[in-house]
Amino acid sequence: MSLFNIFNISGSGMTAQAQRLNAVASNLANVDSATGPDGKPYRAKQVVFEATPMGAQAGVGVKVAAVVEDSSPLKMQYDPNNPMANAQGYVAMPNVNPVDEMVNMISASRSYQNNVEVLNTSKSLLVKTLSIGQ
Amino acid sequence: MSSRIDDALRFNQNALNLRAARQELLASNIANADTPNFKAKDIDFASALKGVMAESAPKLGLNTTAPAHMELPNDGKTVMGQPVLYRKPLQPSADGNTVDMDVERAQFADNALRYEASVKFISEDIKAMLAAIQG
Repeated sequence: MSLFNIFNISGSGMTAQAQRLNAVASNLANVDSATGPDGKPYRAKQVVFEATPMGAQAGVGVKVAAVVEDSSPLKMQYDPNNPMANAQGYVAMPNVNPVDEMVNMISASRSYQNNVEVLNTSKSLLVKTLSIGQ
Repeated sequence: MSSRIDDALRFNQNALNLRAARQELLASNIANADTPNFKAKDIDFASALKGVMAESAPKLGLNTTAPAHMELPNDGKTVMGQPVLYRKPLQPSADGNTVDMDVERAQFADNALRYEASVKFISEDIKAMLAAIQG
C-alpha cells in the first residue's frame, strides 16, 4: 500500500539529510585541522544525493551516492612557528568554508523537518483509514 | 465477483487508492528536494480518476513465487495504470532540480485533507448501508 511506502521514502530522505548534517559537523569540527591521520590537511567532505526507486509504484527515495572530498585549493596561512610550516613559513589549512557549511546545515535541518512532517501526516492518515466503518 | 455493495463503494475506494498513490508521489518530491537533476512529478488527479473508473478490471501484475522470478521493474511512469506527469518548474534551480517546496507542501496538505474526506465519505456510505439493512 502506497501510504506505508511513504515511511520508506521519508525515512530515506531523513537518513540522507542526517548524513549530510554529519558531513557538516565533521567539516566544522575540523576547520583548523592542519593534519589528519594520513599526515595531510583535512579536506571538506560533501555528500552527493541520488534518487532511487522505492516500492512497486512511482515512489522515489533518496540515497547518498558518494561522499566526495572538496577539491578546491587549501588555505595557505602564514605561521612560521608552526611545526607544519613549509620552507616559506606557510601552513596548508583545510579548505572548509564555514559559511558554506552553515548554509548546508540549515538546509539539511529544514529538509529533515519537512520529511518528519510528511511522515507524521501519513501516519495520521493511516490511523484515520483504520477507522473506516466505525 | 461484483456485488451491489462493491459497486456502491467502488468510486470512493478508487479515489482513496489514487489519493494514497498521489501522496506517495508528493512525498517522493519532498524527500528529493535536494537531489541534483531530480524532476518533480505529479498526476492529473481528475483525469487519472476518470481513467481508473473506466477500467473495468484492475491491471494484473506478475506474482513472484520463486527466487528466480523477475519482478516487474518500477519504471515510475505510471500510477495505477495512469500516466505520471512532470511538474512545470516555476523557479528551476541551477542543479537541475525542479522541486518547489511551497508547491509540494501545499499540494501535500491539500491531498491529505482530501484523503481524509474520502475516508469520511466511505464511512458515511457504510453507515447509510447499515441503516438500510438494519432499519
